[in-house]
Amino acid sequence: MATNVDLDTEIVSIQNLSFSRGDKKIFNDISLSIPRGKITAIMGPSGTGKTTLLKLIGGQLYPDKGSIKVDKKNVHQLKRSELYTLRKRMGMLFQSGALLTDLNVFENVALPLKEHTALSDSMIRSLVITKLQAVGLRGARNLKPNELSGGMARRIALARAIALDPMMVMYDEPFTGQDPISLGVLVKLIKDLNSALGLTSVIVSHDIDETLRIADYIYVLSGGKIVGHGSPEQIKNSDSKWVQQFMNGHADGPVHFHYPANDYHEDLFETQQ
Amino acid sequence: MQNTKTQDTLVGLFVASGIVALFFMAMQISNLSSFSDNSVYTVTARFENSGGLKVKSPVTMAGVRVGRVTNISIDQETYESVVEMKIESQYSFPDDTSASIFTAGLLGEQYISLDPGGSETLLAENGLIDITQSAIVLEEIIGQFLFDKAAEE
Amino acid sequence: MMHFFQRLGNTTLASFAKLGRSSFFLTHVLSAIPATIIHPRLLINQLYSVGVLSFLIITISGLFVGMVLGLQGFYILSDFGAEETLGIMVAASLVRELGPVVAALLFAGRAGSALTAEIGLMKATEQLSGMEMMAIDPIKRIMAPRFLAGFISMPLLTALFSSIGVMGGHIVGVGILGVDDGSYWSQMQAGLDFQDDIINGVIKSIVFGFAISWISLFEGYDAIPTSEGVSRATTRTVVNSAFTILGLDFILTALMFGDI
Repeated sequence: MATNVDLDTEIVSIQNLSFSRGDKKIFNDISLSIPRGKITAIMGPSGTGKTTLLKLIGGQLYPDKGSIKVDKKNVHQLKRSELYTLRKRMGMLFQSGALLTDLNVFENVALPLKEHTALSDSMIRSLVITKLQAVGLRGARNLKPNELSGGMARRIALARAIALDPMMVMYDEPFTGQDPISLGVLVKLIKDLNSALGLTSVIVSHDIDETLRIADYIYVLSGGKIVGHGSPEQIKNSDSKWVQQFMNGHADGPVHFHYPANDYHEDLFETQQ
Repeated sequence: MQNTKTQDTLVGLFVASGIVALFFMAMQISNLSSFSDNSVYTVTARFENSGGLKVKSPVTMAGVRVGRVTNISIDQETYESVVEMKIESQYSFPDDTSASIFTAGLLGEQYISLDPGGSETLLAENGLIDITQSAIVLEEIIGQFLFDKAAEE
Repeated sequence: MMHFFQRLGNTTLASFAKLGRSSFFLTHVLSAIPATIIHPRLLINQLYSVGVLSFLIITISGLFVGMVLGLQGFYILSDFGAEETLGIMVAASLVRELGPVVAALLFAGRAGSALTAEIGLMKATEQLSGMEMMAIDPIKRIMAPRFLAGFISMPLLTALFSSIGVMGGHIVGVGILGVDDGSYWSQMQAGLDFQDDIINGVIKSIVFGFAISWISLFEGYDAIPTSEGVSRATTRTVVNSAFTILGLDFILTALMFGDI
């Protein structure tokens, strides 16, 4: 797959990746590259393995074939300790926030700092306050995760993801199930953090409008393949049927409305025969 | 942080009460308080028949528990039962003490009863009790009784 | 027929695979225990939720089990005129068998199921993955303190259960039914051996604590991360723990008290 990205500035490079779960092929020989310092979006219908892709990049799953390099290191050939060192530089925002329910907001954000740095308590405190201020939830530091709304939980998780000042943050469906205000807040946060902290952002999403607003480069996945890629403009004007169906939300197209089944008429009259 | 403190206290109380319970089991429920292995001496006695005597059966003197049986084996030459028992060091007996096997109640467990003699010298470590009276085996007595009855008629 | 054997084979293979996974999991947890001992904060938190929260159910159950033993034992023993031996009867049944087994069953129901549900839900809400992505080993941070807490709590809870049970038997036997106080205790002390009875009972409880912690943590860790998967895992924890406790109890009893 041709990519028009300069190799020096790519942070994640995926080559000929194949991955299957049981009999189902999730990825079939895909290659893509994610440039440093930009917001790259990976889009596609539900069930195309977008979250799986993030887990593969994070080294939580192993590919059947192909390689994934993050910052020029092959993720799946690293030793456990090296992988953990690499992960400290990758933040990930889970769809559910994945905040630890037995800790409060402050402790959740402080956790990676406490585990991975030798900073004093007062240093950690000021760092946590800074991160919470950045997501606008400094006042919520004593709440427990179950007292937060979905949007707040995601913002806290974002504060936690950037606690160690990573080089890259991966967002798993950051816009799903948010009210318009939270949505606006998240879109603004992702964009601002990316430019203010010099992050690289990888967004996995199927929310077209929000993603088009902030992404610099978009890959569209479907059926285990990359069916289109380019800048938001290019994607909007793509002549690929797959991309058009996805972007415009047509019920039927290359992705069929019907789940694979035998002939409808045969099925209907089977009992009468 | 008030919360953490109460939690710590409760954990402390829990662990302490568990240890107290273990201590209670050791001292109050079991024989640890009345018997310890480091101040005992061993004596042996030979019986023609040690009956239902078992390892850990009590050894008593005038009804007071003074030790317990630690081993029962057989002498291959004399076919006698060799019973080894540990006696607490605070108790000492003349070397002509006799040992008998009795039963506590009609169906109770069997125990060794020591009966002191009049000798001046005392039983020492690994001493041997010569005078013994074997266990009464109920079946033998009943058998004897029936046999006698039959002989009378 | 073929179908049946195929299914049987698959089930067997699957259970071996699960045993393999759980052994791997156990070694991983055990290797993380030294770190837990050095930083006991997490351990203390878990001792609270595993031990302190099981305290009430264990002590109350112990009291009632002891009282029932006192009552039943008295009626049977008085038929033989042997009421004075009530103490040894109550204490021996508690210390050797009922204490470790009933306390372990209650512990599996109270703390084991809670552990499985907690960890299953952590998995379902991506907390475990989230920790891994933060380069924090969930085995070290989540599993090891819980395992150690279960392992420590079980013998303490068992000792509490047995001791309170003996006192429950005393309340009924001596306090209500009029067994002599002196013979209740002296028969008990004469009949129970520290090494053979008390220590063996404690060993049993340690083994049970180990087994329950292992089962409940692994079932949570291995649960299918959906609400149905977690509820099934919780059920499996209770059922498997019960089987394991009773099976292990038989083996341990045969080794300790039998002449096999």
